[in-house]
Amino acid sequence: MADNPKKKFLYVNRKAPYGTIYALESLEVVLIGAAFEQDVALAFLDDGVFQIAEGQNATGIGMKTFAKTYRALGDEVRKLYVERESLSERGLSLEDLMPIVYEDENEDYVQKPSIHLVDRAELARLIGDSDVVLSF
Amino acid sequence: MSTLHTVNKSPYERFAFASCLAHIAPGDALLMLEDGVLGARRGGAFAKRFAEAGGAAAVYAIGPDLEARGVKREDVAEGVEIVGYDGFVDLVAHHARVCAWL
Amino acid sequence: MRFAVVVNEGPYTHQASDSALNFVRAALDKGHEIFRVFFYHDGVNNGTRLTVPPQDDRNLQRAWSELALTKNLDLVVCIAAAQRRGVLDAKEAKRQGKDSDNIAPGFRISGLGQLIEAGIQADRLVTFGD
Repeated sequence: MADNPKKKFLYVNRKAPYGTIYALESLEVVLIGAAFEQDVALAFLDDGVFQIAEGQNATGIGMKTFAKTYRALGDEVRKLYVERESLSERGLSLEDLMPIVYEDENEDYVQKPSIHLVDRAELARLIGDSDVVLSF
Repeated sequence: MSTLHTVNKSPYERFAFASCLAHIAPGDALLMLEDGVLGARRGGAFAKRFAEAGGAAAVYAIGPDLEARGVKREDVAEGVEIVGYDGFVDLVAHHARVCAWL
Repeated sequence: MRFAVVVNEGPYTHQASDSALNFVRAALDKGHEIFRVFFYHDGVNNGTRLTVPPQDDRNLQRAWSELALTKNLDLVVCIAAAQRRGVLDAKEAKRQGKDSDNIAPGFRISGLGQLIEAGIQADRLVTFGD
């Protein structure tokens, strides 16, 4: 694996959490994938933006609230692209999302946001820039 | 380096089809398979999008999926090219990556 | 070319498994290599040998098993997804204290790393899902 140049992996997240398992199981791929040291980016568009919404609590429906795992991604995956139009169409803004940050070792470990707001056209470009697209 | 976008659900049932169309770049291709081929029906809400897309992106539908659903060749919208699974394979090989809109 | 295929749904309920099978067959007919077929989410249910579908319809599990054995394909069922849904091989059944295993011939259970590796090693990755 050290012989292959790094590939750009894009995880496309378009579904809301809890109603189906796709959000959780795609996150599990991201966590395992970290060990392979590829160039990883996550895209949240359409209902996928709900996966990183602040204030999730699945206790009442008897499920595990796995949202905090996204926060743990911080240092491993620093590119969480969230589509602006998907947010606004759903009445959401950046403030409605969990604060996901990483510590930049090149800048005295200052905290920086892992979430990057992009518009639809930019997200399309991101797809075009990737080597492997994983959809769930 | 272009992308092959695949859509497998009906555009009348799921938003995936419309979302895909909103993210296609010039030079990309769209392949409808399974229930996604229902979007290829002439006269349907999405039909005119294909004639429009004709210049920017190539649009395909899996023939056996159309046939399964009783959509005859003459019922398929202008601008949609019908391919078999062999054509699907060629499209995957030709484009740099596949983006599945599930 | 070398392809990786991902199957996200189980047999019959969604067309995903059928579409994947048809794609894999066409790819092999054209002389391409299938690096791996990775079964994730409910896709792991394609790998149980206990299905008894109606005689007058296709047998998806058998089709995958036969393809694996005749064409030497690597069919991988994700262990995490399989544990959730009850698809086990003999080793897993013993390890988990279950009274039986049900993995179909030609399939093997392994980790999510196999999906990432497939993405790295293959020229193209195609996903069939819902």
